[in-house]
Amino acid sequence: MSKQTAQKERSMELQKEMISAHFKRLARAREEGKKVVYTFVPGNLNELVWSFDMLPVHPEINALQSGMRKLSGAYVQEAEKFGHSEDVCTYVKCDIGMLKRGNVGPTGEKLPEPDLLLLSYTGCFTFMKWFELLRAEYDCPVAMLHVPYQAGGRMTPEMVGYVVKQLREEVIPLMERISGRPYDEAGLSERLASSARAEENLVAVWETAKHRPSPIDAYFGGVYYIGPIFSAFRGLESCETYYETLRGEVEERMRKGEGPITPEGTVEHERYRLVVEGPPNWTSFREFWKMFYDEGAVVVNSTYTKVGGLYDDGFRHDPARPLETLAEYCLGCYTNLNLPSRVAYLERAIQDYGADGFLINSVKSCNSFSAGQLLMLRELEKRTGKAGGFIESDLVDPRYFSAANIKNRLESYFQMIEAKRQE
Amino acid sequence: MSVEAIVARCEALYNDLDLGFVQDWKREHGAKAVGFMPIYVPRELVDAAGMLPVGIMGGGDAVEIIRGDAYYQSYICHIPRSTIELALAGRLDCLDGMLFPAICDVIRNLSGMWQMMFPGKYVRYMDFPQNFAPGIGGEFYATELRALREELGALSGRAATDEALADAIALHNANRRAIAALYALRAVSPHLVPTSELYLVMRASNVLPVDAHTRLVDEYVAAARASNRLALDNIRVIVTGVFCEQPSLGLIRALEQSGCYIVDEDWVLGARYIQGDIEVGDGDPLRALCDAYLLQGLPTSSRYIAEDRKGRDLVERVRALGAEGVIFASPSFCDPALLEAPMLQSALTDEDIPYTSFKFSENSGQYQAIKEQTGTFSDSIKLWGTA
Repeated sequence: MSKQTAQKERSMELQKEMISAHFKRLARAREEGKKVVYTFVPGNLNELVWSFDMLPVHPEINALQSGMRKLSGAYVQEAEKFGHSEDVCTYVKCDIGMLKRGNVGPTGEKLPEPDLLLLSYTGCFTFMKWFELLRAEYDCPVAMLHVPYQAGGRMTPEMVGYVVKQLREEVIPLMERISGRPYDEAGLSERLASSARAEENLVAVWETAKHRPSPIDAYFGGVYYIGPIFSAFRGLESCETYYETLRGEVEERMRKGEGPITPEGTVEHERYRLVVEGPPNWTSFREFWKMFYDEGAVVVNSTYTKVGGLYDDGFRHDPARPLETLAEYCLGCYTNLNLPSRVAYLERAIQDYGADGFLINSVKSCNSFSAGQLLMLRELEKRTGKAGGFIESDLVDPRYFSAANIKNRLESYFQMIEAKRQE
Repeated sequence: MSVEAIVARCEALYNDLDLGFVQDWKREHGAKAVGFMPIYVPRELVDAAGMLPVGIMGGGDAVEIIRGDAYYQSYICHIPRSTIELALAGRLDCLDGMLFPAICDVIRNLSGMWQMMFPGKYVRYMDFPQNFAPGIGGEFYATELRALREELGALSGRAATDEALADAIALHNANRRAIAALYALRAVSPHLVPTSELYLVMRASNVLPVDAHTRLVDEYVAAARASNRLALDNIRVIVTGVFCEQPSLGLIRALEQSGCYIVDEDWVLGARYIQGDIEVGDGDPLRALCDAYLLQGLPTSSRYIAEDRKGRDLVERVRALGAEGVIFASPSFCDPALLEAPMLQSALTDEDIPYTSFKFSENSGQYQAIKEQTGTFSDSIKLWGTA
């Protein structure tokens, strides 16, 4: 690790400005007569939301931001006071708790109430209950978009047709009614074209991790890289600019043979190349990351950075088929893939990115990710012969992050990789 | 047959975790069997293909989990680990396939695990639509059902023809009517139909062919009506949250012993998920099956309710059945039950309907704390009309 202080690249500043501007827009939404749509990251329809000139809010993003700002613990406990079980998803409880405490967003500005809950039911059962809970709080319309699960390991024309039909006959008419604007397919297509350009650059960024040393950390750094495209900005010019800038910076680092940027400088000696499955912990994110970069462990591919869109296999939004492409996007998100497909994805990632091993961070909150991960671990070890590690934490409940325990496990895991190298 | 004899037969089936009955049935009929997880699958299609549908509800408190725990973290519910345990021990070998309905992420992912762990077996995830418009969700579901029909026919070697499907629907309609009569009798005279018995009669629906189960229910209803059991000074409660992982029989008995007549619940929901008859007439039986799901399905947690307030159905059932309170019995780490509960509880609070809640696991062996809790709930309602 270099001793230099934290580097600030242009892309980082850009993202910060984008987020800040968006929350300011949201704070002014009522006075400016803008309609607000709450929706989820996986299977989000940002281009469609923006094409109606409405503003998207993503409750998971608020929850993870609350986690990083050490606010989520109190929010979770607030929700539990209202009868929410300690067993269930802490994103949900963080959101409910934040709402009960005044719905002040991560930047300190109050979030506007939703005019529409756009319930894209992609890859996670809890989403449905989450918006049922919010509907009871806000008493606003819900647009349900049921996205079938790729149980058979493929996307069928019937699945795409079903999603398109819901969009055309139910979701879009409701958005027209709420926004007071007609559906503008040409405008939607332009935004989709913009998305595709941003996606192209994002994939190029991911691909740089095949280089040795990797210029990026595709998990801890990766969660910043997905920020704009997974949240409110896909389909906007600012998003395109961000990914052009990011790609330029990352490719420059790759040319110079530099490692990933961390909060404490650049990783100078890449000792372990890892693939990580599962979301990160947000409440102790920096501490968690440090456990890796202190050991020279660099994540070269991760599945969490594919929950809001899986572009590695060639999917790009297609402006010529606007509703079909939105359907295919929703169907293709990572947690909407069946377990054999997820294992196959990880296996390819381990091989293609020259990983020394793979690690599963199993989070208590997320059964969509977690149920079955122990079988995935065995299967991947069997198929790849690489060392598999398993740690447990949670998304935004600080009570479930045991630093000493995780550190011990990681140290043992790195020793295991060393032992494998001796074989 | 006496009540005791019927219940003894049902209890033997309930305890038969090796599925001996299913093995015998297969030998006798030279046919196959297909398992299914809670809550609901269209069993009529399995029947129409000449196979036996077999409900799998985990291992209860009778299975020691050794290998199953190695597949699940501590914060995942219990039913998938005991189901895996049964399968790895070879106790589900007689099942030629498994259906995994869309109920939650755990059961959904179990379908993928099954594909990887038992590659020779037929596996299908039943993706039920959450859009209930016949022209949208209905079209999608009809496609799913057609694919299921083809696959089941291929597995069985006998096509599930329209005629066979219409016949199966008729048999299941008769079963639904018999079950409705059983539930109606319990609602009126819960002292004649202890829920611990009703539960065993319903669990028998998981393995018996549908017509045999209908006869069993009819016999039980007749025998229960003829019994001379005395009514106790119990409160009338509805138990909710138990649509997937099941309480042990001991826990059900403990609830009753604590002074509660259970007049409705949501366990073994598959056999009564479709409310009323499925009308086929001269139409397409597959479309009738599809429409029944869209329009006649029970409002459980795994089903999206677009318009109604959550909990309205529960409040209406409380009123209709004269229940004095509601018990929320949720399996630990059950997302559908636990995420739903605050909304249902809010609806009850608005109507001044008392409730209490506890969590359990299918293998919970200590009932005393729960019994004391529900006993106090019962006493407080008896004494003050409120909890």
